[in-house]
Amino acid sequence: MDCDICGKHAKVHLTQLVGGQIKKIALCDDCAKEKGVTDPTGFALAEMLLGKTPGKVVPSAPTVAGSGRRCPNCGFTLEDLRRIRRFGCADCYDTFREDVNQMLRGMHKGFKHCGKVPAGMMELHERTQRLEELRGKLDQAITSENYEEAAGLRDEIRQIEVRATPESND
Amino acid sequence: MMRFTTLIKNPADWMTGEGADNAIVLTSRIRLARNLRGEAFPGWAKKEQRRHALEIMRPAVEALPCMKDAFSQELDDLNSVQKQVLVERHLISREHAARGEGSAAVIERRQSIALMLNEEDHLRMQAIRPGMSLRGAFEALSAIDDDLENSLELAFDHELGYLTTCPTNLGTGLRASAMLHLPALVLSDQIGQVLQAVNKIGLAVRGLYGEGTESLGNLFQISNQSTLGESEETILRRLERVIAQVATHERNARDKLLEDDPAMVSDKIGRAYGVLRHAWIIDSKEALTHLSLLRLGGDLGFLPQDTVKTCDALLMDIQPAHLQLHSGRKLSPEERDSIRAEIVRGRLQSLEAPDIRSTRKKDESDPDPEIL
Repeated sequence: MDCDICGKHAKVHLTQLVGGQIKKIALCDDCAKEKGVTDPTGFALAEMLLGKTPGKVVPSAPTVAGSGRRCPNCGFTLEDLRRIRRFGCADCYDTFREDVNQMLRGMHKGFKHCGKVPAGMMELHERTQRLEELRGKLDQAITSENYEEAAGLRDEIRQIEVRATPESND
Repeated sequence: MMRFTTLIKNPADWMTGEGADNAIVLTSRIRLARNLRGEAFPGWAKKEQRRHALEIMRPAVEALPCMKDAFSQELDDLNSVQKQVLVERHLISREHAARGEGSAAVIERRQSIALMLNEEDHLRMQAIRPGMSLRGAFEALSAIDDDLENSLELAFDHELGYLTTCPTNLGTGLRASAMLHLPALVLSDQIGQVLQAVNKIGLAVRGLYGEGTESLGNLFQISNQSTLGESEETILRRLERVIAQVATHERNARDKLLEDDPAMVSDKIGRAYGVLRHAWIIDSKEALTHLSLLRLGGDLGFLPQDTVKTCDALLMDIQPAHLQLHSGRKLSPEERDSIRAEIVRGRLQSLEAPDIRSTRKKDESDPDPEIL
């Protein structure tokens, strides 16, 4: 297979999920190096997938990722992220969550915080974690057609959700 | 509030204190990055937004019990030498010193705790301890973090943890690092191998003054790279384990050098002593190189043990901004080289020549110096 950028013999083959679509990229050694694909922080890879790469490489990626969204709190865009490699405010993480998840690949030991939680948010944090765990189990139960267990899990999830928002019960 | 001259008059506690493994681990440092919810990050914020964030943070930081009578100053109110002195003491970063309006530093009297306001993140908090004490430093800083959480609304996400300006700091926002003195690993050409191994397990190794700087004086900083997906405890435990292993390698390399080539070690230490005692012009690179060997001589028993401490204090005092502060005026590089030599000679005046006949004095009084 030839390199998608320069046409030389490709040695690096990448398969990434971008906006729910599988994208394959083939690169020769030189282009892989130039694009920072070997960069352990994964930042350059994210940048490439976010659409900075010219030519025929994943032409749909820029439209998927950089759809002109703007952080409602600070006005930051993905274009700004490419330029300064920093975010504009904490809300940007919500605005660009999908892109952040792509970017974190290879940058850290994991994708989920498992450290300290501010005391005031502990209760909410624990509830969020528990709900997530139960939803995972529910999916498993449904897949394995264990409907009795699934029903129990569904009830437990509902109970937690109702307890969290009592006014929604009115 | 404390004045700059009062703050800087004394060396920091961590520069003079004795910590565990002090012969190899100079200091342990913990940094936590935190941001305010809803406020634009400092690099993206407009001037008035930076000011606004500072107005929210500064009273909360100054009200911390440990910051009673602390030094608290906007960076715009300090001159360039003063800012550089704070950088040389590791109390603010180079990036922070370069920031404009709306950035401030709040530093505890003994200089063990320093908070940068409006650096890359709204809050960069740091604790430094002498020797190997990552845990002690973390506990001190975490308590301050808890206090601040009561008065400030911090940006936190249930998946991504503490939200930081740069995604490389997400999660715990924790950067833990130790400064190691590894002359024997350098002398015996093993340093590359050791550092490569450290790097392979996901830890970063840097020279004396952080990212992108070359290693001077055989000083290396080892720190965690990843901040998301692991608890603070896991990060600290891994770092402690690796640092202990590197320290053991260094200790073994010191023993082996003495055993295999005592003449070479004696020669190096003797020459370093000669240059430092008698030089009239010395640049900072040469001074650091020789101070590193003198420090090694102190640990190996060629020179009195307190030589280590003398060298550590000099490492700080011979830096450019410290020299200018000492002289009270701006100095040309040539003037700095001669004042540097003068200070070094003065401090080492009473230090007797190394006892190059002895193999290892330390062994006689302390049969097991490896406290690892």
